[in-house]
Amino acid sequence: MLWNALLLSVREIRRNLLRSFLTILGIVIGVAAVITMVTLGNGATAQISQQIASLGSNLLIVLPGQRLGPGRDSSGAPRFRLSDVAAVREQVADVVAVSAQSSTSITAVVGNKNWSSMVTGTDNAWFTTGNWVMASGREFNEAELRGGRPVCVIGETVRRELFGAAADPLGASVRLKSLSCMVIGLLASKGQSMMGSDQDDLIVMPFATFQRRISGRQGNQDVGSMRVSFRDGADASKLQAEIRRLLRERRHLATSEDDNFSVLDTRQIADTLTGTTKVLTALLGAVAAVSLLVGGIGIMNIMLVSVTERTREIGIRLAIGALEREVLLQFLVEAVALSAFGGLLGITLAALASFGLASLMGLPFAFDVGINLTAFLFSAAVGVLFGYVPARRAARLDPIEALRHE
Amino acid sequence: MSTRQASVVPPLIECQALRKVYGSGATAFEALHGVNLSIDAGEFVAVMGPSGSGKSTIMNILGCLDVPSGGSYRFRGVPVERLNRDQRAQLRRHFLGFVFQGFNLLARTSARENVELPLLYRGLPTVERHARASAALAAVGLAGWEHHTPAELSGGQQQRVAIARAVVTEPLLLLADEPTGNLDTARSREIMELLTRLNREQGITVLMVTHEPDMAAWAGRVVHFVDGHIESDQRQPGGGGMH
Repeated sequence: MLWNALLLSVREIRRNLLRSFLTILGIVIGVAAVITMVTLGNGATAQISQQIASLGSNLLIVLPGQRLGPGRDSSGAPRFRLSDVAAVREQVADVVAVSAQSSTSITAVVGNKNWSSMVTGTDNAWFTTGNWVMASGREFNEAELRGGRPVCVIGETVRRELFGAAADPLGASVRLKSLSCMVIGLLASKGQSMMGSDQDDLIVMPFATFQRRISGRQGNQDVGSMRVSFRDGADASKLQAEIRRLLRERRHLATSEDDNFSVLDTRQIADTLTGTTKVLTALLGAVAAVSLLVGGIGIMNIMLVSVTERTREIGIRLAIGALEREVLLQFLVEAVALSAFGGLLGITLAALASFGLASLMGLPFAFDVGINLTAFLFSAAVGVLFGYVPARRAARLDPIEALRHE
Repeated sequence: MSTRQASVVPPLIECQALRKVYGSGATAFEALHGVNLSIDAGEFVAVMGPSGSGKSTIMNILGCLDVPSGGSYRFRGVPVERLNRDQRAQLRRHFLGFVFQGFNLLARTSARENVELPLLYRGLPTVERHARASAALAAVGLAGWEHHTPAELSGGQQQRVAIARAVVTEPLLLLADEPTGNLDTARSREIMELLTRLNREQGITVLMVTHEPDMAAWAGRVVHFVDGHIESDQRQPGGGGMH
């Protein structure tokens, strides 16, 4: 019986191809919109998580001043000192590595090429806390770190701009201000950061070299920021509290004074950012879902018109011996077949659209089986919901009246 | 065959004191007042009468499309007035065939698909449906026209498709409501020959409503309706029917 109903409805749909297509257009667009929105949203979320992961997981960033929150003044906040870094490394439990770093912008010159980049002075812990991998070459050795030797490790972008994409920069010299610095390592590429900046555009050198030769203040112990990576499974908020307590003590802050530094948890930043994206995705998806509903009403409208238009046909079917439930089923199956087909078209359209848009917007294409299935089932449900009223009207027709209908 | 039917089997159709009232209260209209009619299997009966005489009403009741307001209608001994909508639909599906004045074929649907329709509701497999529909079309002289839609067929051809659709299920009773009403004389004659042949060769009981005496002349029995009752019921020795 169901098979017959399906056969009849497919015939009917084929007989009215254009009308059938226009009927399901609403569903097609609705389904496509919902899926595209959610797929793009998921792509954005995935990208943010990925970038956070590349920043380093289990990472706390310690900055001078209160950088977050409105109305806080970060200028004039005292800097950290190397002794602060050592204190954190030695006194806080569960800490794996602490890197001290200071950065400034600089123009790097090789031969007749020059490139504006950032130079960071730090130690070998920086490779751990920043989740960096060496593409070639090596990290700094003890003598270079202690003696402030003119050596540096460069990022992929700097290599490309100064040496060309294929060139091996190891052993070559880069001039930074008056300092001629030998390249000893090349960092593996990380790509864009979540803020859209190029993470590979950097030059790294020993902290002492940076202090003496770049920032130009001999004996200066100032540290721009600290990165603290901690053991897997350690309680980030407990660590945060402990570092805060330690630094308040070291910076002699009275109980009444606010912190003049911040301890940021990258996972918290990630959660905040992905949370925002998820809310936006849900919102856009909901707006798109409204169009799916409107599509359903379109199906009901056409099915009602179709029942009136096909009254005579229904009369013939009833006279020939079709049961009430067979006519009901035929019209219901027709509505469901229409909307399910619309759903499939929508899914195809959405796959194309979200793939195209994702590559256009530089987002990863995150195909989500769940939302595709949900949208498809929802479109079929729309068919049942909005097909039922017209189908029941058709089934309850009086065959004599229906046959007389012109 | 006819003797056995006459002696053992009850009449195919048996109506007693059949009444039909449309509407209620002051606007009520009685279309049939107490009709008694009995038709045996194998008969070819023409129902005649002016419009409003109740001949369409009796056709609808005999065709199990409508129920009487009073009296009883037994089809093969089954009291139809006690059946519900679906049970009457089952009767139509298994024992009845309909031919209408306006052909009533499904538009934009091939002749074969039209003829297959009742078989579809009987749940026959595709191969058998196709074979039986093609055979029925061949029987009405439309072999080779299977894939034409009604719009591509003449009136006479359309009516023959409709007859093929009505008899493809090998019904006991064929109800024809003015089957030649929309056709010219030559086409009408072809249709009547076809109905007579189905009656004689396949033993299908034919009940035909007509207002044309020429057409009624083909039948073996003519029943005249006037004002909701039977005025005359005559057998015609020269006409169709197996009695």
